[in-house]
Amino acid sequence: MDLARITLKQAADLLHRRALSAVELTQFFLERINAHNPTLNAYITVDAEGALADARQADACLARGEATPLTGIPLAVKDLFCTKGLRTTCASRMLADFIPPYESTVTRRLREAGMVVLGKTNMDEFAMGSSNETSYFGPVKNPWDHSRIPGGSSGGSAAAVAAGLCVAALGTDTGGSIRQPAALSGITGLKPTYGRVSRYGMIAFASSLDQAGPMTRSVEDAALLLQGMAGHDPLDSTSIDQAVEEYVEQLSGGVSAQERMRGLRIGIPKEYFTDGLSESVHKALQEAIERFQELGAQCQSVSLPTTAYAIPTYYIIAPAEASSNLARYDGIRFGYRCEQPEDLLDMFARSRSEGFGAEVKRRIMLGTYVLSSGYYDAYYRQAQKVRRLIADDFHNAFTQVDLLLTPTAPETAFRIGEKKEDPVKMYLSDIFTINVNLAGLPALSLPCGFDAQNLPIGMQLIGRPLQESSLLRVGHSFQQVTDWHQRSPL
Amino acid sequence: MNHKKIALRSGTEQALATGYETVIGLEVHAQMLTQSKIFCGCPTRFGADANTQICPVCAAFPGVLPVLNREAVQMAIKTGLAIHGQIRLLSEFSRKNYFYPDLPAGYQISQYELPIVEQGHLMIDSPERGEGIRIGITRIHMEVDAGKSLHEGIVGGSWVDLNRTGTPLMEIVSEPDLRSSAEAGEYLKKLRAIVRYLGVCDGNMEEGSFRCDANVSVRLRGASAFGTRCELKNLNSIRNVMRAIDYEVERQIELLEEGGKVIQETRLWNADLNSSRPMRGKEDAHDYRYFPEPDLPPLRLTAERVAAISAVLPELPDAKALRFQEQYQLSHYDAGVLTSSRELADFFEAVAAEAAALGQANAKMAANWVTGELAARLNRDGVEIQHSPVTPGQLGKLVAMIQQGTLSGKLAKEVFEILCNEGGDPQQIAEQRGMRQVSDEGAIDAAIEQVLANNPEDVAQYRAGKSKILGFLVGQVMKATQGKANPGLVNQRLLAKLAE
Ligand SMILES: [Zn+2]
Repeated sequence: MDLARITLKQAADLLHRRALSAVELTQFFLERINAHNPTLNAYITVDAEGALADARQADACLARGEATPLTGIPLAVKDLFCTKGLRTTCASRMLADFIPPYESTVTRRLREAGMVVLGKTNMDEFAMGSSNETSYFGPVKNPWDHSRIPGGSSGGSAAAVAAGLCVAALGTDTGGSIRQPAALSGITGLKPTYGRVSRYGMIAFASSLDQAGPMTRSVEDAALLLQGMAGHDPLDSTSIDQAVEEYVEQLSGGVSAQERMRGLRIGIPKEYFTDGLSESVHKALQEAIERFQELGAQCQSVSLPTTAYAIPTYYIIAPAEASSNLARYDGIRFGYRCEQPEDLLDMFARSRSEGFGAEVKRRIMLGTYVLSSGYYDAYYRQAQKVRRLIADDFHNAFTQVDLLLTPTAPETAFRIGEKKEDPVKMYLSDIFTINVNLAGLPALSLPCGFDAQNLPIGMQLIGRPLQESSLLRVGHSFQQVTDWHQRSPL
Repeated sequence: MNHKKIALRSGTEQALATGYETVIGLEVHAQMLTQSKIFCGCPTRFGADANTQICPVCAAFPGVLPVLNREAVQMAIKTGLAIHGQIRLLSEFSRKNYFYPDLPAGYQISQYELPIVEQGHLMIDSPERGEGIRIGITRIHMEVDAGKSLHEGIVGGSWVDLNRTGTPLMEIVSEPDLRSSAEAGEYLKKLRAIVRYLGVCDGNMEEGSFRCDANVSVRLRGASAFGTRCELKNLNSIRNVMRAIDYEVERQIELLEEGGKVIQETRLWNADLNSSRPMRGKEDAHDYRYFPEPDLPPLRLTAERVAAISAVLPELPDAKALRFQEQYQLSHYDAGVLTSSRELADFFEAVAAEAAALGQANAKMAANWVTGELAARLNRDGVEIQHSPVTPGQLGKLVAMIQQGTLSGKLAKEVFEILCNEGGDPQQIAEQRGMRQVSDEGAIDAAIEQVLANNPEDVAQYRAGKSKILGFLVGQVMKATQGKANPGLVNQRLLAKLAE
């Protein structure tokens, strides 16, 4: 077995059978990171020492027979989860030296379950971007083609999973930041229902949209990782106080893929299959639909009329929240402070203009503008109304179908630099993922084909609120009868 | 008219004299007495070393989130019910965005569009308009206090102390229903009494746990539109609130009378200079970019929860005053004074109860002693009623002795002095020092005989119709008994003797 392509499930089996130690597995990935990270730039910080210490503990745990399915699994963590004592930069100059004195709930839970944190992955600065090009630490390269972007903002995590620089990774998704890079890097990524996973210790971009999720080599792995992440957190008032389903158990339930899919109603939103969609993606989606039909699902066309409003609505709400969330970076208590400030105002202004990159500043200005008196009603309040209409659209669709199938991104990975100077073009790469965040729904992206350049294509399954298990079950069934997810750039 | 030449004592008087009406609305920020801060678990104790009561939430570190303190909500509901307000079952928090070093998040979490309490009121006694004036309270909302910037004694910069950051505040906003500085003072006293009765705020204006901003305007009497208002800040006592309002009213009337215009602005009161100066004008007013706080879901309350709080509200000043008037036959004024604080009211009731237990049910004298002798003593020594040197039991006994006639009022004051300084039992003190009032008719009659015999001329004048002489003769008898004779009895027996 090639350890670089090992799934979480397989790794857990090896560890539990003691065929492999957590230290060996960790060492293996640390060596791979050493060899390939200089090219790919997937990690901002590698914590070899911490990882090996975690691994030794995991081995002790395994030896005592106290292990969980996650014990000893090497994990890559997007660099916006605060990790106690381990630098957390959010890929910004602003936090280039920030060492949090606290741990995010998600990483705390996963560490408690025995996972080994290899390091912190690259991303778009403050998760603002769709290509991982806005990182202060430089762009990440797509493992399938080094001239291309891996997607963003969780580009480092996506590349690390695809290139075998970890077994699984954590991402966050505000407008598609897990799903789009998952699609463009040929891996599986899940954005859970808003509130299913705690946001405590996750550096905020847009609080009402941000949600953490797993980025893995298979749907089964996503279920395993989500199991360790999900659940109510008293430290996050927006987290949902409802019991977590048994995702892994519900994946197969002992019956065949065909039996699980029989009678399943899959909606195909017609607004997603328009001119903007590249031919290769369209074709791959058609084939996926056929696959689902062969499995016994009923696919039918549905309409989500407000789809076109998703981008403008998102680019009001997300920057508005960001402009406020990022006000705390003032150079006073932590983070970047300019040299020799003349006075207080100079310190605020210069620390922020030197500490933040162009895209972050663009969004802060956008957000400040739409919240300003005289514009609030025209923009922010209006956007909140449209947001409700978008959620209503989904709600209506789910009265007719059980889940929705769409492309994750309109095209495959584009070239580094291709869209950097055209923000609107860049924003359009999230056109199929953004409204899911606005509606707070769970959605899964999984590989469903390749284009002529051998670049991966992803499809998106969107479910009802808190129906992660249903998405995972359907995605897992698809992966049982296809091998797109097993293809690797290695 | 040149008002500068007219010496008037207050803005209110000036307004009255010149046909203007003063319009005042007050915004009170009351720090809630919760155990911990409103959005984190840090303690709220006052006076700790700088930045020792903070955590990543207070300091707005990246990624941390607020969690609403249930106790703060409880206190806001209590206050809302106490001012007869409507408790919103759905309220929400917003962010008020601005940059300031002592505001670590760059925004203050506050309730904006949907506050927890709306449409309340309280009643005040106005020196100008009479008793029972209703002052509307527009809203009460919860918000978070900021930290403090320290400038004094620091060279080349400023320091920030975040201990206060996150302390829960209630902002209590009145309607522009107040018409004089005196009414503003009465309103603040009543509001402070209410929050203290409820135990939700210590009401300490000097330490800043009960802060007040005043919006003041004037208009010609009879005008329906409000004049342009100014907001007065830095008012750290009720006295300063009243002085600042008076100054502002005078300033505005003078401006208008000279043909000028009042400019809407915020003015900072300087108590030392007894004047105010503009802080910032409307043109450079902040744009706070309020929007709903996405880290906190809307606050939903159940009617049951509100009802449960309502059921256990303590008796509040107005209700207590009314009861005192009925139960103890006190005047509106006395009842008002005695209920101005819960501790004072409790003290009075304990004194009255002790006296009643000793067979003296008339509480008027107990009230007089508490508001008179005791209040003067406490005031002189700067002592709170909770730390009174005399217990209600002691004072109740003393009052009963006076009412029974075993101690004269004059001697009672001496006993009171001894109680204050040395403690002890009033009865024993009176007995040991021979201060017991003489009510023995034989002894009194003997003294009277002596006085009448010594003053034949006065007796003759009295009998000739000069009734005023009686007072002199009573005084002589009292003197002869070293003040121990029961004055009532002396009067009665003397009249009888003189009529013989
Ligand atoms: Zn705190």
